[in-house]
Amino acid sequence: MSKIVLTVDDSRTMRDMLMLALGDAGFTVVQAVDGVHGLEVLESMAMPDVIITDINMPRMDGFGFIEGVRKSERHRATPILVLTTESDSVKKERARSAGATGWIVKPFNPDKLIDAVRRVAA
Amino acid sequence: MDPLEAIKVTFFQECEEQLSELESGLLAMEQGETDSETVNAVFRAVHSIKGGAGAFSLEPLVRFAHVFETTLDDVRAGKLAPDNNVVKVMLRAADVLADHVRAARDGGVVEEARSQELASALEALNGEAPLAPIASEDFDDMPGLEFTPLTVSDDDGIGDDFGFTPLAAGIIELEPEGPALRRWTVHLRPKNALYAKANETGLLLRELKRLGDIQVSIDPADLPGLAELEPEHAYLSWTIVLTTDRSQSDIQEVFEFVDGDCDLTITADDVPSSLPAMGEASIDEPFDVMALIQQAQADVQAAPAAAIMAEILAPAAPAPVFAASAPSIPVPVAATAAAAGVAPDAAHGAAAQQATIRVDLDRVDRLIDLVGELVINQAMLAQRVTESGVPRSSNIAMGLDDLEHLTREIQDSVMAIRAQPVKSVFQRMPRLVREVAAMTGKQVRLVTEGEGTEVDKTVIERLTDPITHMIRNAIDHGLERPEVRVAAGKGPEGTVRLSAAHRSGRIVIEVSDDGKGIDRPRVRQIAIDKGLIEVDSNLSDEDVDNLIFMPGFSTASSVSDISGRGVGMDVVKRSIQGLGGRIAITSRPGQGSTFTLSLPLTLAVLDGMVVSVCDHTLVAPLTAIIESLQPKAQDVRAIGPDAYVIAIRDTYTPLIDVGAVLGYRTTPLDPTKGVALLVEGEGGARAALMVDAIQGQRQVVIKSLEANYRQVEGIAAATILGDGRVALILDVDNVVAARRREKARSDAKLAAAG
Amino acid sequence: MTTSSSNSALRELISFQIGAQEFCVDIMSVREIRGWTPATPLPRTPVFVRGVINLRGAVLPIVDLGSRLGLQMTEPTERHVIIVTRIEEQLVGLLVDAVCDIITVRDDQIQSTPDVASDLVQQFVKGILSMEGRMISLIYLERVLPDREAEAA
Repeated sequence: MSKIVLTVDDSRTMRDMLMLALGDAGFTVVQAVDGVHGLEVLESMAMPDVIITDINMPRMDGFGFIEGVRKSERHRATPILVLTTESDSVKKERARSAGATGWIVKPFNPDKLIDAVRRVAA
Repeated sequence: MDPLEAIKVTFFQECEEQLSELESGLLAMEQGETDSETVNAVFRAVHSIKGGAGAFSLEPLVRFAHVFETTLDDVRAGKLAPDNNVVKVMLRAADVLADHVRAARDGGVVEEARSQELASALEALNGEAPLAPIASEDFDDMPGLEFTPLTVSDDDGIGDDFGFTPLAAGIIELEPEGPALRRWTVHLRPKNALYAKANETGLLLRELKRLGDIQVSIDPADLPGLAELEPEHAYLSWTIVLTTDRSQSDIQEVFEFVDGDCDLTITADDVPSSLPAMGEASIDEPFDVMALIQQAQADVQAAPAAAIMAEILAPAAPAPVFAASAPSIPVPVAATAAAAGVAPDAAHGAAAQQATIRVDLDRVDRLIDLVGELVINQAMLAQRVTESGVPRSSNIAMGLDDLEHLTREIQDSVMAIRAQPVKSVFQRMPRLVREVAAMTGKQVRLVTEGEGTEVDKTVIERLTDPITHMIRNAIDHGLERPEVRVAAGKGPEGTVRLSAAHRSGRIVIEVSDDGKGIDRPRVRQIAIDKGLIEVDSNLSDEDVDNLIFMPGFSTASSVSDISGRGVGMDVVKRSIQGLGGRIAITSRPGQGSTFTLSLPLTLAVLDGMVVSVCDHTLVAPLTAIIESLQPKAQDVRAIGPDAYVIAIRDTYTPLIDVGAVLGYRTTPLDPTKGVALLVEGEGGARAALMVDAIQGQRQVVIKSLEANYRQVEGIAAATILGDGRVALILDVDNVVAARRREKARSDAKLAAAG
Repeated sequence: MTTSSSNSALRELISFQIGAQEFCVDIMSVREIRGWTPATPLPRTPVFVRGVINLRGAVLPIVDLGSRLGLQMTEPTERHVIIVTRIEEQLVGLLVDAVCDIITVRDDQIQSTPDVASDLVQQFVKGILSMEGRMISLIYLERVLPDREAEAA
């Protein structure tokens, strides 16, 4: 059974790129468009193996989303990777203190992405 | 298409959306809406563009977006107040950003000076901390963070923000040059935070295993008795002896995500460790879980935990999942519960939750075409059934009625798929207004209304040019210069109003200004000078206003860069007519002008009155028809040899013989033998169109005549009727106007013959 | 125009008859051939434009080629033929008397139109070729439709 990755990003471009890279690597990808939607999707989907989330999003940003996930009994132990740009080191640290497991630096190449997912996925 | 290319297409589509968001956000900020939601949306728009552009290595775009983003970040952080001046710079920067996007998409370049000018202007706004010059690829602008920088080289750049605890200097130099095997000792003592972030020691060990041979031992020295044990605390530390040919930075990379959440030392075995030894207990001593548990005298199920430990410790076995949180087993790293065994069977269904889908437009167009065919086929079938003499009350006829309703509903629903708000067109106008205002030295405020008004995508696409031209025209010719306005007792800033609304099955778009209005004597003089009208022509104000739509007319005293571009209002009018639309102007001297554009909601279907003229079947758009009536002999009056008017409720209305105008007949139709359609043409002028008979009302599928052949005077488009024949759709305005042209032609013919 | 005969390209043409004369067009521009169906006349169009017909849901203008070439107006019957051609981006039906056959020629077999021909012929005939004693005129398809500009004026 292929592993499941939930991607949360408001940008179609990023969602598509994640889908392409993860799909090619054999992951099953579930998409959400912002933090609120991400939490909704999490409630109804099977346990994802890894969650990948953007930080800057409308309605609920990545920090809020990560905190929401960590508050959930069901998902608190699910690895979360944040998408961040190199210059976002403050955000990266904020994401970590919100409970992010790791990060992926944008722009990412597919190998790096898959490697990061593999590293945190059980 | 290459999937990556397809994503690139998506990216540029998304850029357009983000640019719109950006502009409307900035305009809202200009109006004083500087709440964090607005500012965040603006920031996000630029951030997203930069992110995607980075993925496609669109360097100039990334560079400019980065500068923009930095300034916006300052606004977001409250370091920079978004006053009018700041927002104005940002609006111009948004225009340049848009140019960068389009240059990246279409393969052009943005004028370096312009881009640089705005980049500098943005940087100047950043005040206290000017940006370091941006190198082409390095956007790292995070000095002074609380992370300890790495003292070792980091060969792939990852982790440079999150350095590990400084390592003993000299390690790097001691690394062998070639990929020789070396032994490393890694001490790892996770903190609670490591598990709270869903990192797992087991996974770290697995990653280390990928680098080479590992021997793992656990130090349980800090493990308290079960009574004092906090279920979610980290108590254990690990020592791993790794034999690998990989570099130290490779080893460090394994711990990238847990930096700060554990104590970590990595030492080469042939280097004397300068770091304190880990723990008191011997690392070689096996970790006796059973003893620990017995010691606590608690009735906890210990076996699973032990099994798990065994698995971790067996280097070859893949590490299972550990949920640090599992409350039932009081060992921090031990739990098989929640995370591991849940079958991900419902995952696929969850993706379907999104409320919208994106569909290739070609598919929708194909569907619309097919539904159009269905409508025609349904009509043909109905006609054949009627012709075969099946009674109207029969089951077949009633079934056909149901089919007709269904067909129509399908058609409406399908058309709704393609309906879009005019927002996408309206959003392009603020930039235009800024540019034209800058070029003409006028002060302009653009007010838009009804952005959410929906219209078929085919119409939307063709609205931009006429609206663009009308707005240019309003600023260039309509509005006065600030000093002139002030002298006339107006405010220095002129207003251009752009609105959209649905009105009786059409979309009406108005462009109005509060400028000087049409200079009628001047327009009249120009028309005379250009030979468009006779010197002694008797024209109403309205007639004079409409002269600007005549081919060859231009009121600009100099061909300005703005209204020029070789397009006159006649071309605008033509293109609007090509869409089955009308354009009209009203003007009040000193108070401004209003251009009113009325268009069908779709270019695909039309509600029509099917009429006979001579032996031809024509369709008149129902929206143009006010009423139909049977002229009585006493109501029809001749004016001159070949012109007639009809009295309708005491008003004399010109009577137009459609058959004669279209050249179908030479002897005029006796008005009492036909039917008159009272129509309202552009500008509200009424006329009665004489046809032979009315066949009925029907929705017809519009087929462009222009695209398939040429534009034909008096004909708006074609359609296919139930009998499979092509029928022509009347251009009512044109037929009404043709009366005058017809007269001119016959005069010319007479002159030539004589 | 000079072309060496050795590597001159081969092309296939469809030849057809109008009155006693034979004409042809490049087979690549022919989409289909169908029988005559009555056309809906268009007002205010040149006499050689017979109107438009329904070609499976599309509106197809019909040009009476005989009339266009200054020969006689065609009185169409069911035996007459419409050759559906693609001219630039438009589909146009050419009304002709009958289709003759498909012929293969080399480019260098096409001679330029003789000077003796009238201006009208010069305008519409790209070249002529001889085939088993028959003279066949190659139609200049791009010029068959009326000018947009002339129409707009």
